[in-house]
Amino acid sequence: MALDRWIALIFVTFCCVYGYAAFFTMDQLLPPFMQRNPVWPSTFPKVLSVLGLIVGLIVLFGVEKVDDPDGEPDATEINYRRLDEYKTGQAAMLLGLMVLYALMLRPAGFLISTTVFLVAGSAILGERKFHIMIPVAMLATGFVWYLVQEVLGIFLRPFPFFMGM
Amino acid sequence: MLEGIFIGLEAAFSVKNILMVVAGCLIGTFIGMLPGLGPMSIIAIMIPVAITLGDPAAALILLAGVYYGAIFGGSTSSILLNAPGVAGTVATSFDGYPMARKGQAGKALTIAAVASFAGGTIGAILLMIFAPALSSVALLFHSAEYFALMVVGLSAIAAFAGTGQVAKALMMTILGLILATVGEGALFNMPRFTMGMMDLQSGISFITLAMAMFALPEALFLVLNPARGASNAEGGSNKITNLRFSRAEGRAMLPVIGRQSVQGFFIGVLPGAGATIASFLGYAVERNLAKGEEQAEFGKGSVKGLAAPETANNAACTGSFVPLLTLGIPGSGTTAILLGALIALNVTPGPRLMTDTPEIFWAVIISMFIGNLVLLVLNLPLIPYIAKILSIPRNYLIPFILFFTLMGAYIGQNNATELLMLVGLGIMATIFRFADYPLAPLLIGFILGTMLEDNFARSMQLYRGLDFILQRPMTLGLLILAAFLVLLPSYRARRARKRAEGVADGD
Repeated sequence: MALDRWIALIFVTFCCVYGYAAFFTMDQLLPPFMQRNPVWPSTFPKVLSVLGLIVGLIVLFGVEKVDDPDGEPDATEINYRRLDEYKTGQAAMLLGLMVLYALMLRPAGFLISTTVFLVAGSAILGERKFHIMIPVAMLATGFVWYLVQEVLGIFLRPFPFFMGM
Repeated sequence: MLEGIFIGLEAAFSVKNILMVVAGCLIGTFIGMLPGLGPMSIIAIMIPVAITLGDPAAALILLAGVYYGAIFGGSTSSILLNAPGVAGTVATSFDGYPMARKGQAGKALTIAAVASFAGGTIGAILLMIFAPALSSVALLFHSAEYFALMVVGLSAIAAFAGTGQVAKALMMTILGLILATVGEGALFNMPRFTMGMMDLQSGISFITLAMAMFALPEALFLVLNPARGASNAEGGSNKITNLRFSRAEGRAMLPVIGRQSVQGFFIGVLPGAGATIASFLGYAVERNLAKGEEQAEFGKGSVKGLAAPETANNAACTGSFVPLLTLGIPGSGTTAILLGALIALNVTPGPRLMTDTPEIFWAVIISMFIGNLVLLVLNLPLIPYIAKILSIPRNYLIPFILFFTLMGAYIGQNNATELLMLVGLGIMATIFRFADYPLAPLLIGFILGTMLEDNFARSMQLYRGLDFILQRPMTLGLLILAAFLVLLPSYRARRARKRAEGVADGD
């Protein structure tokens, strides 16, 4: 089964769960006065879950036939069938780094976590000239912090939490 | 109307707003040139900055400037590297890149800039004529018609956005609408589908979603496949020397610009069509109109072949503002993001925008003229310097793109959970892209979701049920049109296939 149909299957399952919540559990807490309304908080979700089911099943069973495009896809176009040729390891590591950044941003402060993120990111991509990358990352981090904090006026904790700032 | 224009002139020509246009155009060009970052990602990244400005007119002017700049920047990388940063400028590379290969990169850039300028300016004039007219019609609409109109918009986007796969695009639209129901809506005052999580109480932030749908997958694709960001062919000439074109070439361009700015504008007005279709169609039309030697020149560095898509895509960008400003319904992913920014700034676009806040409405239109002028006068001479960004190694570039994506989501909400959601939604969007699901319908569905439900609920309450569909003929007509839009493509495909099979049988 092709990837798009797997996604359709997941979507159909999701619509079932969503629809179950809309049809059976949502209205239990509805106050009686609201039940006299012609439209409930669950009305629109109910419609959406039914529509979603129909469309999802159409994609899943391939009712709408699509002619395959001719020829080999362009080398610059992305194609999941050639995933093994791609740098999936790098991409996964960068995603992991982003999660780490999200978790560290508050405790470690903006300046440290961002500098580490930029340097580590370029290291994952294969950069080894740290004598260039580290100063570039520090400069950029400082500049962005100044821009966000001082110019835009949005608070970004610069230093780690134990420094009390 | 004249009064409004004067108010707009006054607002647009304030020092602050002129600075906004200039800054927007420069930033847009700068980032738009990077392969893989389209106008949607750039605008999404700029939204937190625009929102903190506080002034809706200045914010919208900045974002519109970024939009134009990004399209122009995309043309630059199409011409110099044959690596279009934006789908709307793919057609530009057909003739722009061969021209650059011949050593006429400077001339190609000037033609592109002049064509963009003309397309954008004529588009803005058409916008000035058509937007007020459409606004006055739209003032007659009730919530039932608005509901139906949004359904039409969403259907049109689904019908035109995908690569002929309407069901997939519809699936994405519905997913967007479903995501919009998460959180506490203003209508019912009760949390829905939050799964008990506090962070979902206020719903999913549209900036996070926009970043996750567009910026993150593009950055990941750059990592996955390094060939994507690189030039398609070796030996591209990066030397930008002579920026002039001859008088004869100018004369050849003139009719092309005239035709394509009008055609591009009207294609841009249609929901879901937008700059990409306008530029391809513009190229095709001009190639068919050209005769003999001129036609043979197409694809080898033709002046007309370069001017046509450039004029058309800029005119279409301007055209896409018509439904946004008059109906409050975005016709493309980019205008959907702009709509989200406006809502965040407490401005409700729609027919009342022109009467209630004329300074915003007209300042935006006037700033389009200024923006186009800035692109021509300021950006063009700077292009050789800005083009240096193309030589920044990707090891440096990609971490920064990822960082700005994260920052965009973080600044808007000041919440680190938002970043985790960004990564999660971004992975989901990347998988969708792998499976050829269009993502713009998802975002537009998400942004229109709340308004769609509000108008639906309001009409249901007014008519005590679904009677509004039958009692308001216009609503019924619009809903039938929506069904027609969704069903037509698959009907036509089926008929074409049947006919093809019939021919094969006959043989």
